[in-house]
This record gives sequence, C-alpha cells and structure tokens, in this order.
Amino acid sequence: MTLTLLLEQIFNGLQSGVMLFLIAAGLTLILGVMNFVFLAHGAQVMIGAYAAASLTGITGNFYFGALAAIPITFLSGYVLEYLLIRHLYQRDHMDQVLATFGLILFFNEMIRIGFGPAALFSNLPPSLSGFVYILPDTPYPVYRLVVIGAGLVCAVGIHYLVNRTKVGAMVRAGANNEAMAAALGVNIGLLRRFIFAAGACFAGIAGVMLGPLTAVEPGMGEPLLILSLVVIIIGGLGSVRGAFIAAVIVGVVDTLGRVVLPLILRSFMEQSAADGAGPALASMMVYLLMTIVLVVKPTGLFPAKG
Amino acid sequence: MKRLLMAATISAAMVVGTASADTVKIGYMTTLSGGAGIIGKQMQNAVKLAMEHTGGKLGGVDAEVIFVDDQRKPDVAKQLANRLIKSDRVDVVAGVIWSNLLMAIHKQVTRSDTLLISSNAGPSPLAGGGCHKNFVSMSWQNDQTPEGMGKYMQDSGVSSVYLMAPNYQAGKDMLSGFKRHYTGEIVGEVYTKLGQTDFQAELSALRAAKPAATFVFQPGGMGINFVKQWNQGGMNDLSKLYTVFTVDAVSLPALKDTALGVIATQTWSPDLDNPMNQKFVADYKAKYGGYPSFYAAQAYDTMMAIDYAIGKAGSADTEAMRAVLAGGGMPTTRGILQMNSNQFPIQNVFLREVVLDSDGVATTKIIDTVFENHGDAYAKDCKF
Repeated sequence: MTLTLLLEQIFNGLQSGVMLFLIAAGLTLILGVMNFVFLAHGAQVMIGAYAAASLTGITGNFYFGALAAIPITFLSGYVLEYLLIRHLYQRDHMDQVLATFGLILFFNEMIRIGFGPAALFSNLPPSLSGFVYILPDTPYPVYRLVVIGAGLVCAVGIHYLVNRTKVGAMVRAGANNEAMAAALGVNIGLLRRFIFAAGACFAGIAGVMLGPLTAVEPGMGEPLLILSLVVIIIGGLGSVRGAFIAAVIVGVVDTLGRVVLPLILRSFMEQSAADGAGPALASMMVYLLMTIVLVVKPTGLFPAKG
Repeated sequence: MKRLLMAATISAAMVVGTASADTVKIGYMTTLSGGAGIIGKQMQNAVKLAMEHTGGKLGGVDAEVIFVDDQRKPDVAKQLANRLIKSDRVDVVAGVIWSNLLMAIHKQVTRSDTLLISSNAGPSPLAGGGCHKNFVSMSWQNDQTPEGMGKYMQDSGVSSVYLMAPNYQAGKDMLSGFKRHYTGEIVGEVYTKLGQTDFQAELSALRAAKPAATFVFQPGGMGINFVKQWNQGGMNDLSKLYTVFTVDAVSLPALKDTALGVIATQTWSPDLDNPMNQKFVADYKAKYGGYPSFYAAQAYDTMMAIDYAIGKAGSADTEAMRAVLAGGGMPTTRGILQMNSNQFPIQNVFLREVVLDSDGVATTKIIDTVFENHGDAYAKDCKF
C-alpha cells in the first residue's frame, strides 16, 4: 500500500468519523446530561434523510431540500420530547429502553406507510457531483469534502455552543450535577427539551448528508446507532469533545481495519482463510478498541462527570 | 389445569388439521421489514398476482398462502419455519431471499417431510453434497449467474478484474462462480460487510489497484449505496462496472439514470419474450405500478410451479409433488423450465443492460445470451 493511498484512507476514516460525530453528539448529551437511554436516535437520521430527499424531489432544488430538512428534524425532536420522552425521565432505564425501542419500530413503520418500503431516489446536483484531486493521482468526490466541511463546522458550532454560551454553561452544569443546576435556577425541563431537539437536529443533519451517499430506506439509521454508542462509550458519557475525538478514532480504525487487516492477514495466511477472517476481524476492531478503553479508562477518555 | 390446557391445545391442533385436509397451505417466507422489506414486498405482490391468475386455487384445489416475515434474521427464520411446519401444518414452505436463512431452515423443513421451494437463495452446499430430495429451487444456484458474467468477460477479452462481494455464503458462491469461467488476472478480491452502507474505503483501494473491470455482487440496498458511490467517485472513467443481482427493479427507482449502461447477467429480464412473462410483467405493472424485479418473477414462478405440481400429481402429497417438479417441464416466466438432477433449474443466462424504456423509466434489456440451458457445477455431487 502506497503512502498516498494510506493518507486517502485516513481521510476516508475522518469523513466517516465526522458523520458519526454528528449522530453521537446529540446522543452523548441525551445519555450523559439527561441520563436517558434513547435508542431511537437512528430514526432521527432517517427523518432527516427522508425530509431532505422528499423536499428535494418536490422542489427540484437539492440545497433547498437539505436546508429545509434541518428545522424539520429540530421540530421532530422537540415534539417527540414534549409528547413522550419527558414522561419517561423518572422511569428506570429498562422502561426507557423498551419505550424507545418501540419508537424505532414506530418510526420505521410510519415511514413505510408514508413513503412505501422502497428506497427513495436521492442524488446529488451536478454542482456537487464532480471530484477534485486532494493528492496527486487521488481524485476525491467533492460531495464528501462538503460533508467533512459541514461536519467540522457543526463540530465547531457545538463546541462553541457548549463551552462559550450561557445555554452551554447550563448544559455543562446539568451534566455535572443536575439537582444543583436546578437549585441555581436553571429550568431543567426546558433545558432537556432543547438538548433533545438539538441532538435530533444534529442526527438529522447527518441523515441529510447521508441521503445522497446511501439508500434512503426505512431503518437506514440503525446500523449507525450501534457505532455511535461505541463512540459515546469511548469518548465518555456527556462529553462533546470526547465524542468528537472518539468518532474520528472509530472512523479511522474502522476504515483502516477494513482495508489493511485483510492485506496483513494475507501476508502470512492462505488466501481463502484470510478472506474469511479479514472482514470478520475488521468488523470487530472498533469493539476491541472499546473493550480496551473500558478496561483502561472505564469512564471513557473524556468523562463529563468528574 | 395443566391437563385441561393440554387437552385444549390438542383439540385446537386437530381442528387445524381437519381444516387443512381440503385446502392446500403454502407458508411463504420472505423479508417484509427492515431495509430489505422492498424485496419481500415485491415477492408478496407477485405471489398474490399468481394466486389471482390461478383463481385462488393451486392445481385446482383451494389454496391458502400464509406470509411470514423473517426480518432477514436466521434465528427468526428458524422459529417461523417451525411454526409453519408444526402449528400451521403447511404443505409447502416457499420463498426465502437469503442464502444464510435458507441454510438455517433447510434441515428442519426437509426432514419434517415438507416440501421446501426456494424463490431466490441457491447456496452451493444445498446443490451439492448437502442436497435433499424435499428441496427444490425455482430460482438458480448462486454460481450460475456470475458464471455467465465470468464467461462473458473472458470471451470479450477483459484483461484484469477486481472482485467485490459481501462476506456471507452467497457472496463467496458468487465470486467462486465468476472465477470458474474467467481465467484473466484478478487484481483484487474483497469481501465487504453484509449490510455495509459506505464503500468509500473499498473504492479508494480499488482505484489504486487500477483494474480494467470491476465485478460486484451487492444485493438490495447495498447495491444502491455502491452504485451511487461508484458514480460520485468518478469510477466509470477508470474501470468498467459489471454486476450480478445489484442493479434491478428494486434498486433502479432509487438510482434512475445514474445506473444507465451498467451490465449484469441474470436468468430473467422483464423484456424476456414469452407469453407468461409478458402477461406477468404487464399485469404486475398495472396492479402495483413499476417494473417487477427478478425476485418477483421467481416468486411468481414458484407459485406457478406449485400449481403445476399439484395439478399433475393430483394431490399435495410431498413425494408426489416432488416427483413432478423433479421431472421439470413447468411453465414459468422463463419459459418451460427443465430441472437438473439436484432439482435446480437448467436455464439460459442472459446479459442485461440498464436502459430507459419508452416512458423514460429505467429498466433492464437483454442484449445477449451467454449460456443456453446452463446447469450448475454442483449437481454431480448430489446423491439423494
């Protein structure tokens, strides 16, 4: 493997890490700050993708569809919190798991009823569908660069929001000691709703950006949920900075594992055995990483609660 | 109380038993939920259309079809198969999209003396040494279709090829089938994760390998992801894309003209010229809107084969139906189908290209016949 290819693969890992971060950012706040087990976060990804794809289909303008989908996902998170989630905070974790697992089924079925079981058509506008040379002899899709850019902008935005604003101070206070924050006059109910809606919105942005890359179909967000849970565990519950670093690590480890492991195995194993073991081991890599982190630092790399 | 319950269960089971005496029951297993739900929906549509065409009867006998959703999970499939055999007491278990699921239910169904008919999956173990007389395929053995592609690429002088398939039974069968007739240089062979959504890392590695051609098997939603990302990476300038079971009527509505020109081999195509196929495609389009996929055609063929078997055997007796099906000659959307000694079809393999029809809808068109009356490579190992 040449150096440029290795750099390109690390870049690919960064891109999938940025996407993971957008999903994990909201989830880590929901789990860490609100101590709420929310399994239906993948559905927010799906809602974002469907909103963008269908609005793009109706208006014929990709940019309008993508931008208009973002407030829709914020709103869906806000309404969901108001209607259901806020009634579950006082319940134990098992009830929350059951209720939000039910939500996954509910959202998938709603999408199926509304849009049919077939994948929705979503493609890039000509202005985004080309590719540029990021390294000599290495063309890279423009759209993926846009995804990285948009993801990094979101990451900076979330960082600023959490660390430099009053709302962020409340969020951090809530993460550290919710009862104390409430005693100091923070409206915890409203704060939770805002965090929840913002988290849904970031997941929705991930969905909007995923739409043109992958099949927009019912249940499309679920494979990402497991990985984003891994990200949260590695990064530390409730820590946005931890989620970002962990997401990039997971993205790079997963990508390199998929590409490099089969090559390494092939150097000392018979090809058929290496072909079988390579992908299997590669898909275990991030979980092995998580296990190591849990053994060395059980609270994750950057725990929010001291 | 326990005894009472037991008595109640036994009598309930008997009621079901007597009710099934004068109707034929078919348990149809497919994937109706999750990302692959569209495939199952198409198959369900086709089964319903077949039942409409036969007037609700199979072989002249009143028939009932019980649809079950395997959720693409082997453990769920096993439970459902058990339920179909023991509680619903079906005469035939049919359907099954995925090779790993078919492998999971094969033993329990065939050993219970129930006929098992595949509408799609055709894993190599069940065609060779692990074959069973109660299992019949109405689709293909996994290797048959990629064998056609390997032959075509060999004959057209493609110098080097990069192979990619998901890491499961069918993926391995597809690549070994391809390699059976292709003897050119294989510059890379990559197994991806089943259900993978992002192929960017694999595409980067592929670009570095610079193959003249790329052969992929990525069924269902994976095919949509792959073809989208292939186009976005500008891969067409570098390598020509050849596929099996990746671009079809299930993925084309989501890909539209981005898939134009993609080449694939298949044993069926909507433009295949025979009366049963023309009627099937026309009625399917009229009833459900949009083209049927090969999954739908094979589901339709499965019901037509059961109809033919019961009609000719005069009953839904497992051995009698099996004997008829093993003899071949059933009318299908692929014409009159002959069967191999392992009860897999002997059939033509066509080369299809993605084109726009007269209404501007993306579909596939046959451009060549690669194999005529092609049997699979495993039949010789099958001894009932």
